[in-house]
Amino acid sequence: MKLVEHFQHGLDAPICLTWELTYACNLSCVHCLSSSGRRDPRELSTEECKAVIDELQRLQVFYVNIGGGEPTIRPDFWELVDYAVAHNVGVKFSTNGVRITPERARWLAGTDYVDVQLSLDGATAEVNDYVRGPGSFNTTMRAMENLRDAGFKDFKISVVMTRHNVGQLDEFKRIADEYGAQLRITRLRPSGRGADTWDELHPTADQQLKLYEWLIDHGENVLTGDSFFHLNALGSTPLPGLNLCGAGRVVCLIDPIGDVYACPFAIHDEFLAGNVRDEGGFTSVWRTSELFERLRAPQTGGACTSCSAYDSCQGGCMAAKFFTGLPLDGPDPECVKGNGERALALVGGGSEKPKPDKDHSKPNRTKRVGVSIGWGPPEPDRLPDRACDTSPLAGFRP
Amino acid sequence: MSTDQFAPDRPYRLSSSVALRPEPFGALVYDFTTRKLSFLKTQLLVNVVRELENQPDARSALLSAEVPEAEQQRYLDALAGLLSAGTIEARGTS
Repeated sequence: MKLVEHFQHGLDAPICLTWELTYACNLSCVHCLSSSGRRDPRELSTEECKAVIDELQRLQVFYVNIGGGEPTIRPDFWELVDYAVAHNVGVKFSTNGVRITPERARWLAGTDYVDVQLSLDGATAEVNDYVRGPGSFNTTMRAMENLRDAGFKDFKISVVMTRHNVGQLDEFKRIADEYGAQLRITRLRPSGRGADTWDELHPTADQQLKLYEWLIDHGENVLTGDSFFHLNALGSTPLPGLNLCGAGRVVCLIDPIGDVYACPFAIHDEFLAGNVRDEGGFTSVWRTSELFERLRAPQTGGACTSCSAYDSCQGGCMAAKFFTGLPLDGPDPECVKGNGERALALVGGGSEKPKPDKDHSKPNRTKRVGVSIGWGPPEPDRLPDRACDTSPLAGFRP
Repeated sequence: MSTDQFAPDRPYRLSSSVALRPEPFGALVYDFTTRKLSFLKTQLLVNVVRELENQPDARSALLSAEVPEAEQQRYLDALAGLLSAGTIEARGTS
């Protein structure tokens, strides 16, 4: 059996585990995968986080990718980083840089097994701040200066590819080189708040081709988190990486309240496998959850099986299909053969699209909520079950 | 990490910065210093690598792990590759 087939059947523990430590964030990026903003009061305590780390050590999960929210605004963040590396669980954390002061950068440079990933979605303030919010470009660039000045080598600069920044790829590479950092580019997903902005922001078909060609030219030195395997059908050269959807097989996500999802792009009840607070903890969720067992079973290509490109793209990204309302055994919405666009057209206006069901956005964010006000008392068969519904006579039966 | 050429008659061991995680196909290899993940793709190779530190030289590790005669050259080549990747390191003879 080839290695990749073993991965399809799932490993005894994840290789790549993402752990969102908090939903609290100083920013409110329009494409946030976890719809972050406000802290969830049910967040795991410091002691509970340490217990998870102990478990990861027992499972020999060698490193975790910590994110959020903005993880560094948890008051116990640095304590947890210390605890993890002391227990042979290396840490790479994603940050917008807000807490990377010169002192902190020096501490980081002196700590083994810790890697830092700064999120930057534009090579200029104009492009970046459009997505990440006013002032965020300067915050991140200052953090990069602090890391460079502290002698921190090879930190990561992580870019979500959008319609506005595909043209800046060379510029991103130049910035990374200038700061002694490594460039990482990933795919925009229609998850979290990204569900609302994906239509407007995702790269066009022409841009996908440019992106693919750029990766073929520069791929060896650029990280991608394996996120562009759906583009493999564009050419005969496969992009470096596993080129496999790892959800629930080699990848998973632990969210701030301990919920375990199949992948970081799939925060939805449909992909919820269990909670680390359940009996048996994370280990038992990973090894015995019904959802993960289903994801590890042989998959059929469905509508894609007969396509000549199926072997190279594997039908693309499960989360991207789900949040755009496409069937999971059909084409990816960005299918390079154009099947995704045709399928999206069939889904229509998206009335049946599953909405991300975990929203931690700050309350001041403008949200349109449709409220229908009827006239008079409701029809007898439509009586609301709650006293706070639209009619003052809700639930009243003479 | 050793830059020396691999020699079947010299002693080796798993590098001190490297951990092995058993998996159905063999093992995951993680180097805590370089943060690189790699794989040992057969159980027999895992046995050979684990046996290295108990044996006076690499060839003895192959015998101890019961690598079939016909496979030995392939496994020695694999060990040479692991040495240059830093997964295994030379061990002092003391």
